[in-house]
Amino acid sequence: MNALLELKGVTQRFGGITALQQLDFSLGQGEIVGVIGPNGAGKTTLVNAVTGVTRMSAGEVWFEGRSITGLRSDQIARLGIARTFQIVQPFPRMSVLDNVAAAALFAGGSRTPDAAREQAREHLRFCGLDAQADKPAAALTLAGRKRLELAKSLALKPRLLFLDEVNAGLNPAEVEHALSLIQQIAASGVTIVLIEHLMKVVVNSCTRVMVLHQGQLIANGTPQEVVANEKVIEAYLGQRYARRAQEAAT
Amino acid sequence: MMKVRNFVIPAVLALLGLLAWQADNYVLRLSTTVCMYAALATSWNLIGGYAGYPSFATAAFFGLGAYVAGVLQTHGLAFGWAWTAAAFLVALFAGLLGRAILHLRGHYFAIASLVVADVLREVSNSWTSLTGGGMGLNLPLLKLGNVNQQALFYFAAMLVVAVLALLLSWHVNRSRLGWALRCIEQNEDAALVIGVDARRAKVTAFALSGWIAGAAGAVYASWVTYIDPTDVFDTLLSVKPIIMALLGGVGTVTGPVIGAVVYLGLEELLWRNVLEFHAGLLGILVVLLVLFLSGGLHDARLQRAYVWLRSRLGRQGEVNA
Amino acid sequence: MIYLQVLLSGLALGGLYACIAAGFSLIWGVLNIVNILHGSLIILGAYLAYFAHQFYGINPFVFAPFGGLLLFVLGYVLQRTLIKRVMGEAVLMTLTLTFGLNLLLDNLMLKFFRADFRKITFDPPLGILDLGPLGVPVDRLLATGVGLLIVGVLWLLLRTTQFGRAIVAVRMDRQTAALMGVRVDHTYALAFGLGAFMAGASGALLAAIFPISPVASGAYLGKAFVICVLGGLGSVPGVVLGGFALGIIESFGTLAFGPEHALTLSFLLLIGLLMFRPSGLLGRRGFQ
Repeated sequence: MNALLELKGVTQRFGGITALQQLDFSLGQGEIVGVIGPNGAGKTTLVNAVTGVTRMSAGEVWFEGRSITGLRSDQIARLGIARTFQIVQPFPRMSVLDNVAAAALFAGGSRTPDAAREQAREHLRFCGLDAQADKPAAALTLAGRKRLELAKSLALKPRLLFLDEVNAGLNPAEVEHALSLIQQIAASGVTIVLIEHLMKVVVNSCTRVMVLHQGQLIANGTPQEVVANEKVIEAYLGQRYARRAQEAAT
Repeated sequence: MMKVRNFVIPAVLALLGLLAWQADNYVLRLSTTVCMYAALATSWNLIGGYAGYPSFATAAFFGLGAYVAGVLQTHGLAFGWAWTAAAFLVALFAGLLGRAILHLRGHYFAIASLVVADVLREVSNSWTSLTGGGMGLNLPLLKLGNVNQQALFYFAAMLVVAVLALLLSWHVNRSRLGWALRCIEQNEDAALVIGVDARRAKVTAFALSGWIAGAAGAVYASWVTYIDPTDVFDTLLSVKPIIMALLGGVGTVTGPVIGAVVYLGLEELLWRNVLEFHAGLLGILVVLLVLFLSGGLHDARLQRAYVWLRSRLGRQGEVNA
Repeated sequence: MIYLQVLLSGLALGGLYACIAAGFSLIWGVLNIVNILHGSLIILGAYLAYFAHQFYGINPFVFAPFGGLLLFVLGYVLQRTLIKRVMGEAVLMTLTLTFGLNLLLDNLMLKFFRADFRKITFDPPLGILDLGPLGVPVDRLLATGVGLLIVGVLWLLLRTTQFGRAIVAVRMDRQTAALMGVRVDHTYALAFGLGAFMAGASGALLAAIFPISPVASGAYLGKAFVICVLGGLGSVPGVVLGGFALGIIESFGTLAFGPEHALTLSFLLLIGLLMFRPSGLLGRRGFQ
């Protein structure tokens, strides 16, 4: 299968710190890939580098067969890659509807503000936010804002979607709801990269898992393989969890 | 909910009718000034209000427009062509300048934009062969009839500039560009991530802003028939439009115009009588205005008035919870 | 040989320029306010020194710290009453507020002191220090020396005293600083006052060399901008480097283009820097 996204030798340095070291991997269309790792491992840095928010120090990124190395983040967004932010970034004084409509207008293919708003309503309905369409984005609760982030990124009609800690700060019920949305999105053909710290989510939802540690990729395989991986256990999971996860999987 | 803004257009039209009838020279001169500042405030609002980039370049564009039009006319070009050429040349200049400095944010952008006017002023001062240097430039007088007819003509010309400015501002606000600028103003990083070409949007707004200010400067030069660098590149020409926009509502379509009318009305009624300390009083007004707008005045009644005003004059496209 | 003389003339102003910009840089770095009022404060300091010399015969080089002290009080009060109210707001607000205050102060000075230029004349005149074939005006040498001294004291203050550490803390993380008992409002006001002190002191030094008038306030503000951007914002070594750099650039600029263009040259330099290297020659951020 042709790789949707390919990274070759991606390195990111900030001053004296090397946040990402020579990352090499590829993603296929239709995968749901989990990215895990301790804090500071470089997960968000990776997303920032791929989506053009920060300039890579070295390496190449290829999307759908063409190089997107060095492109600006707005160019990459228009090419079909979307991402959510860990610390949500709405347009605070615009309505929830307009927040999503803006995304549809600029990268989602809508030609006029009115068409964009119509598109936006659909996405809001999907994410369960249609009741709040006319409220200012700043008035939403955290869970609401996370869903708004999701709706905005969907409005971009992405083929690749990076979800950065969508579940941080949500209670179990909200997490369940978010997961079912994610699975519906995947079913519609979008390739998803899930940056997560909740192992339960990763093990149950992802077809593949990548583990980052100090900017390096230390494991890349099915959830079962990763959970059993020595290096991963050492760096991240702890022996007890690994045993429990293995027992649950068999 | 009735917004003050909706009454502006009919009120203005009524006023205009009255003016054309009245045709008193002094009133006409005052009205021409109002139109000029309405245009300048609207021009600033495109980049400072819609996009949220605090530009101090208005004086640079205005002065450049004045000089380009002036120099073209002293070389024989008819005023109509000179004015048009000036507006477009200044827009081009603004576009190029924008590409150079719009990647800067906050204070750095403000300073860079402020300094441009000073540099242009010095260049005009030194390039005596072209601009007459510090001794100024005399424009050829247009044969327009008696003093009254001249006053009417320049009022009409400046009015056209103001109306064009307003139409442009209104159109931008509803267009895709307006959406882009709004997104940039509220969260530029988020705007990029949803596909807004921020650089292009900002540069376009800056260029349009230059077009308007340049046109105003060009008409001004013909109106006063004599310009010099300190006059047309004065920093106050950058600051007063900002104050007017602040007064009337930054980021709205008609706010800058309302602000211009209120400010100049105040100036006319109060300060003409205090010629000597005029600028000092302006300083006090500015301080009070900023304190008021940032909710800094703690009087309860003032606070309520402030909240009410903000809901009436809030930015376009904004929702107040 | 003439180049050496020009270089020396430029260096001779470096310390004074550093002093002019240090207060501005402090306020910008700590409070994130571009203090448009700075130029006028310098002129006010200059006038205080002028009148001190005129009526009481006090030497401006000696008066500098005292004039500074008076302005410190003014600055502290201004920050505590007016400026703190707009501190969290958008750049536009703080710029416009300090612009308004600047307009007010400039016009107050114009009203009371008139626009004509005043000059402190020393009797006997300070003259020129001969260094072989080269010469340095003594007034400039003294101004630079005292200026550097004052900047040095500021640097020590920031590094060693509790107050200095409070300023750095508040700049780095306001909330944590407050939680740790730093009196944030008071610290901000002290920082602004300190900036005003530097302005007042440098004004006194200036008055010893150049003619003064309220109309010159913009030029000094401009120099402060350029020095801050040249040397990198928020560091004392940066300000010193920037001050000497500007002195030299102006000196050679005057040689090449004449004195009227000195300011324009600085502004062109400023724009160039902002476009390509806004973090300045030393590229440091955060106050040290």
